[in-house]
Formats: sequence, C-alpha cells, structure tokens
Amino acid sequence: MTPLLQVSNLNAWYGESHVLHGVDMTVGEGETITILGRNGVGKTTTLRTIVGIIRERKGEIRFAGKDMASVPLHRTAHVGIGFVPEERGIFSTLTVEENLMLPPVVAEGGMSLDEIYELFPNLKERRASPGTKLSGGEQQMLAIARILRTGVKLLILDEPTEGLAPVIVQRIGEVLKKLKERGMTVLLVEQNFRFASRIADRFYLMEHGKMVANFPVGELPGRMDMLHKVLGV
Amino acid sequence: MTMIFGIPLQAFLGQLLIGLINGSFYALLSLGLAVIFGLLRVINFAHGAQYMLGAFAAMLMLQYFGISYWFALILGPIVVGLFGAFIERTMLSRLYNLDPLYGLLFTFGLALTIEGTFRYLYGSSGQPYAVPTQLAGGTNLGFMFLPIYRGWVVVVSLVACIGTWLLIEKTKLGSYLRAATENPVLVQAFGVNVPVLLTLTYGIGAGLAAFAGVLAAPIYQVSPLMGSNIIIVVFAVVVVGGMGSIMGAIVTGYMLGIAEGLTKVFYPEASNIVIFVIMAIVLLLRPAGLFGRDA
Amino acid sequence: MSDMTHTAAKPRAERSATASMTYAIFLTAGLILLVLAPLFFYPIFLMKLLCFALFACAFNLLLGYTGLLSFGHATFFGGAAYFTAHVVKEWGFPPELGVLTGVVGAALLGLVMGYVAIRRQGIYFAMITLALSQMFFFFCLQAEFTEGEDGIQSVPRGHLFGFIDLSQSTNMYYFVLAVFLIGMVIIWRFINSPFGMILKSIRENEARATSLGYSVARYKLGAFVMSAALAGLAGGVKALVFQFATLTDVAWQMSGEVILMTLLGGIGTLIGPIFGAGLVVTLQNYLATSDFPVTIITGVVFMVCVLLFRRGIIGEFYASRLGRKLGFEHRR
Repeated sequence: MTPLLQVSNLNAWYGESHVLHGVDMTVGEGETITILGRNGVGKTTTLRTIVGIIRERKGEIRFAGKDMASVPLHRTAHVGIGFVPEERGIFSTLTVEENLMLPPVVAEGGMSLDEIYELFPNLKERRASPGTKLSGGEQQMLAIARILRTGVKLLILDEPTEGLAPVIVQRIGEVLKKLKERGMTVLLVEQNFRFASRIADRFYLMEHGKMVANFPVGELPGRMDMLHKVLGV
Repeated sequence: MTMIFGIPLQAFLGQLLIGLINGSFYALLSLGLAVIFGLLRVINFAHGAQYMLGAFAAMLMLQYFGISYWFALILGPIVVGLFGAFIERTMLSRLYNLDPLYGLLFTFGLALTIEGTFRYLYGSSGQPYAVPTQLAGGTNLGFMFLPIYRGWVVVVSLVACIGTWLLIEKTKLGSYLRAATENPVLVQAFGVNVPVLLTLTYGIGAGLAAFAGVLAAPIYQVSPLMGSNIIIVVFAVVVVGGMGSIMGAIVTGYMLGIAEGLTKVFYPEASNIVIFVIMAIVLLLRPAGLFGRDA
Repeated sequence: MSDMTHTAAKPRAERSATASMTYAIFLTAGLILLVLAPLFFYPIFLMKLLCFALFACAFNLLLGYTGLLSFGHATFFGGAAYFTAHVVKEWGFPPELGVLTGVVGAALLGLVMGYVAIRRQGIYFAMITLALSQMFFFFCLQAEFTEGEDGIQSVPRGHLFGFIDLSQSTNMYYFVLAVFLIGMVIIWRFINSPFGMILKSIRENEARATSLGYSVARYKLGAFVMSAALAGLAGGVKALVFQFATLTDVAWQMSGEVILMTLLGGIGTLIGPIFGAGLVVTLQNYLATSDFPVTIITGVVFMVCVLLFRRGIIGEFYASRLGRKLGFEHRR
C-alpha cells in the first residue's frame, strides 16, 4: 500500500514544554489506524501537530508525497486532511445545517448534503436547531458529517466515542465502516479499546511522546499482556 | 398647544428626534465595535477616529474633487475601510496573542495620531458640510416639523444596521464570522483563511464607522474632535448592552440615544451624563450588561 | 493580565546581594540628583516632573501590581487638584490641609468609581473607568466650584505648617520633593506588605486566590482606592505648584497620558513610571514652543511602545545583559 501520510522524527512543543520526542508513523491509503496510549503521552498533540494547529514543530510530515512543513493551517484542508477535535467544535451560533455547510468544499469526492442526511437521518430532522442543542452523540455525528462534505482523504478523529452511550458508539462504528468501504483513510485516537479493535486495521502504541509499537489488528490477541501493562487497562 | 408631562409636544418630539438621531450613530458605532470585538477580541479605540475620517473624507472629496454626498457615502467607507485593513494587516495583527489590553492601547495611540494629524492640518474648529440638495428642507408632519435629512439618517442607519445584522446572521461570510468568533483555529483547519477574515472584519468595522461619519457630516460640524467625543459614550453603550450580541448593540444604541434625548427635555443639566449614569446602574444590577453573555 | 506585568519587582528577600547593592547605589545617586537638581533646571519644570512621576507611579500601583487598567485616573488627579485649589483659595486652608483634602476627595472618588468598575475585568474595566471619568469631566464642566472653562485660577501656595513660605520656588521644590518621596515610600511599603502580596497572587491566579478564601473584589477595591488617593496626592500638589486647577487635568487625554508614561517607563517596575513621566514631560516642554501637536507624538509613541517594546525602558533595561549583570532579575 502506498503511504498517504508519512511522519518521521516529529517533535512538537507547547511553549516551553517539549511534548513529542520523535514520532514516526505511516498511514497507508484506505487504512484505519488507531493510536493507543495513556493520558498525557502526546496522542492529541500528535494529531494536532499533523493537522498543523501546533506550529512549534520539527521533523517531517508528508501527505500524499507533499511536504507539509510550510503549508499554513488553512491550506491543510485543501490538501486533504480533515480534523474532528476532541471537543467536537460544534458552533453554538450556527444551526445544524449551517454547521454542516460551514467548511468550504475543497476537493472532489465530497458527499452531498443529501448523501450526508442519508447517512445521518437524525441530523436532517434537527437541521434547523442550534448546533449545540443536539445531544452529545448527535454532536459527534455532526462533527464527523461536517468534514465529509469537503472531500477529505484523511479523516483525523480525536476520541470520537468519549462520553457517549454504547448504542451511539456502535452507530459511530457503523459510520466509520461505511466510510472505510468508500475508501476513506482514518487516523484516530481512542481510549475505548473494544471500539478501536472493531474498526482499526492497525495500531500504534504511544509512550512519552514516541511510538513504541506498531502492529496489525491480527496480532492483537498475542499482544494483550503488553497492552495491559502499558495502558493499565 | 398640546402638552405632554408639562412640556410642549413640539419640543418633546423635537428632542425625541434628536435622541433618535444620536441613537442611530450610537447604534452604528457600537455595532461596528461589537463586530470587531467579536472576532478580533480588540476594543477598537480608533473607532471614533475612523468615524471622524469618514466625515472628513466626505468634506475633502467635495472640496478637492467635487465628489457629491452620494458618492462620498460609498467612497468614504471604502477608503477608510482599506486604511483600516492596512493597519490591521501591518500592525494590529501582531497583537492577537497578547493581552487584549494591548489592542486597546494600540488603537488608542492610533486614535490620538489620527486626531492629532487632522487637528494639525485643519485646526480644531468644526467646518460645515451642506445637506445634499435632494434632502434639503423639511416637511410638516402635522404634529411636528421634520427636517428631511434627519429622517433620512434615521432610516438609512436603520437599514445599515439591519443589513449588517443580515450579513452576519444569514450569509456564508456571516457564518464564517460567527464560527470564527467561537473557534478560530477550527475554522482555519476547515480551510478558511482566518487571517484574511480578520483583516476583512476590521476593514468592514472601520468602513461602518466611516459610513456613520459621512451621515453625520451634514448634521454635526466636521471636526477632528468629533470622534473622541462620541467614542467614550459609545463605550458606555457597549458596556450597557454587552458585546455578546449584534442585535443587543443595535437596540441599546437606539435606546440610549432616546433616553439622552428625553433627558434633554426633562432635566437638561444631566443630558450629557445620563448614559454614564445608566451604565453605572446597569453595572450594579446586571454586571454582564443587558444582552451580555460573558461576565 | 499577567503578561502586562512581566517585570514586576520581586520581593526583597528574593533579590540577590548584587541587586541590593545596585539598588542602594542607584537610590543614593538618584536622591543626590533630586536634591541638587534645582541648581541645573527650572524648579517649575522639576516640580511638574515630580508630580507626574508620582501620578504615574500611583497609576502603576494599580496596573502593574493588580493588572487592572484604569482609563479614568484623570478623575483622581484632576479632581484632587480642584479640591485642593478650592479649599486653599476659598476656605483659606493651609497647603498641607489643602493637599490632604485633595487626597481624601480622590480616595472617595476612587471608592465610588472602583465600586462600580470592579464588577467587570480587562477591557470592560478600562471602558467603564473611562466612561465614569468622562462623567466626572462633565460634572466639573457644569459644577460651580470648578469655575467652568476658566478653572480655579491664582490659587495661593500659602505657608507650609504656618511658617515655610511656599511662594518661594526653592521651598516649594523641596516640599514637592518631600511629598514625592513620601509617596514613593508608601507605594514601596504597600507593594511589599501582606496586602500587596495577596494582590500579586490575585493577579497571577484570580481563581486560586478566590479558592483560598480571599475576597478578591475587596482587595481590588482596596488597591483602586490606594492608587486613587496617591494620584490625588500628586494632583493636589500640582494645583499648588501651578496655582490653578483646570479641566485639562480631568480630561480623558490626561488618563491616556499617565498610561503612556507607565507603558513607556515599564509597567510593573517600581521606578519605570518615573522615567516614563520624565520623558513625556520633557517632550511636552520641548514641543510647547513649536506648533507641532503633542498628540501626534503621543499617539505614535503609544503605537511603537505597544508594538515593539512592551516592557518599557526600565523593563528592557532589567532584561538586558547589563541589567542582568547588575542583578536585576527579569521574570517572564
């Protein structure tokens, strides 16, 4: 598989504190990758640095062969990277539909509004209500749906199931599977291990600002001991 | 003669109209301040100076190029808006990561510089600007005499306020503005060039102030000091309304203008402090302001 | 607001021995300079400078040590000038009581303005103080005792304690110098008092100070009143120096000027505002004879300061290599 995203020796800083200490990872086209790790090891920072929100960074990020170092934040979407932050970022002063329509369409292959409503019927019902009036699960759906219009190639999700009821988690899993069928590449950070094992093709394990292991989903049973130790689950 | 609360109806309505006119300017200016503050988190102290620049633009365009009021009403805001955009791009944008007080201090310095320059060039006394012939004269409404130009100002400023509100609430650009007000980083990650949006917003805000300035030119004297006189009152308006809502800024502007006008009827000595008194009372009772969300 | 106050002076105990030494040397040199200054400069210029220096230091007490930017300090400075001028001229108060009246009046104005304004923070606080101070301006414009546009003219300087004739400019100078030094000592003691320490902790983390049980609002109000009273001290003395009190001293431009002095000298440094005031007053004196308006210079200096050196002169000096070598510590 050709790597869609290639990260090598990535370092990042939050002001004075050095958070990422040489992250290496590869995401192939069409893969679903989950980053595992305890709180505070730098998972969210890794995502935010790849997206370009954190600019104090060194090392190489290549997306579809393109060096991302000098690409400003507002161009990353145009290159094909879509980001759903942990806090979801639903705008309270915008209606559901305005939220959906907010990101400019940047590439071909984005879903139309109708397709999105087909995938998320309850968003259609609530299209006119303010975005933040939705339940947590619906907001998460909206946050994902919002990115799908733009025609992104790599969907980056930060803890999409956090704080959601099991039924909703299952719904999100189904949505991600459907996207995978359409050829979407997904990179996510996830604490919900069962959820992650259902959707991921491959795992990265992170400790102290570095990737310490990388294995396909098939090797999961054999690695449970190590995971228990590292994740403390 | 008809009397109302012991005041001749004519005088009462006359002051009400003056209050409405002042309110129109308060509304236009506090609206611009609120738009700029919402996105840039900067209190634009230079807003008064930009209002004054609008009035001067109209006057100078007429003097030197014979440009009429009607073109000045469009050209003035554009020129001042471009100037504002230039200032934002080259200087103000460097202050966004700092304490918002620095933005206030910078624009205060900008206001002093602009005002000082115009005082140096044109002296501090006011100069008249003729009411455009199409709007000259007045009409008798039966219960009062209405100068046409004043009626025009009330209508146009209302249209401008509603237009700006529609721009922000109902258009794509407006949805970018509202979203970027909440979370600029995410909006930028979606592919919107937020720095350009900020420049545009400051430009629009400055242009709106200049628009008010052109409107004001035939009513008040065109003077370098006209901006600093009004901006402090507008600050009080903004504190009363709270800067959370665009509509709040507009409504508060008209309300306080009318309150000021009515005070002139019943207790003239207090007319130039009544807005400050209202501000103090609102602060004591409802510190976040009438329409405010953030304390 | 913590980033507006990045050069706040450290408590004495934390300073290195070098710094104490350097401070002592600078302090002595400064005192000698101030005592001998009338030999080289016009006393009236020096007195104006000292009044504004004290005013700026009083203002900085609020901004630099509590993080509150007041845009209305002209009220206390100019208000006190009116009070002092009025009681001295109309009621025949001796100068020391006249100045005291100014201080008390300013403190009361500070109590009222502070009580209203501390309900909001940051830029709102700035706008509210500006609006309230404009209200006081209009009050002074209309009130009878201020004598409107003319102001209170030909205020007698009188005899200090009944026997020191202040109409002699040398006597007056040393009186002003004494008031200035007393004011500075009060500020210094205030900053290093337990009250000042609590203010500092409020500035650095208001939520934490609240959770520790401090009534944040009361401390802020205390600092506001203190700052107002000291600004009043400067204003009252200024009225005696120039023998008049006018609307200029209560106008918003005056509030802006004192901000500039503080910003220029170094927000949160004990002596920075003195240098800032010196520079601004010198500049004004220099430009007074030309027809070039001071406003333009003031405005440009404001913009340049905010854009390029937010630490101010003294703050930059402390942060410079020489400053560090002399033992001044710079906190970021």
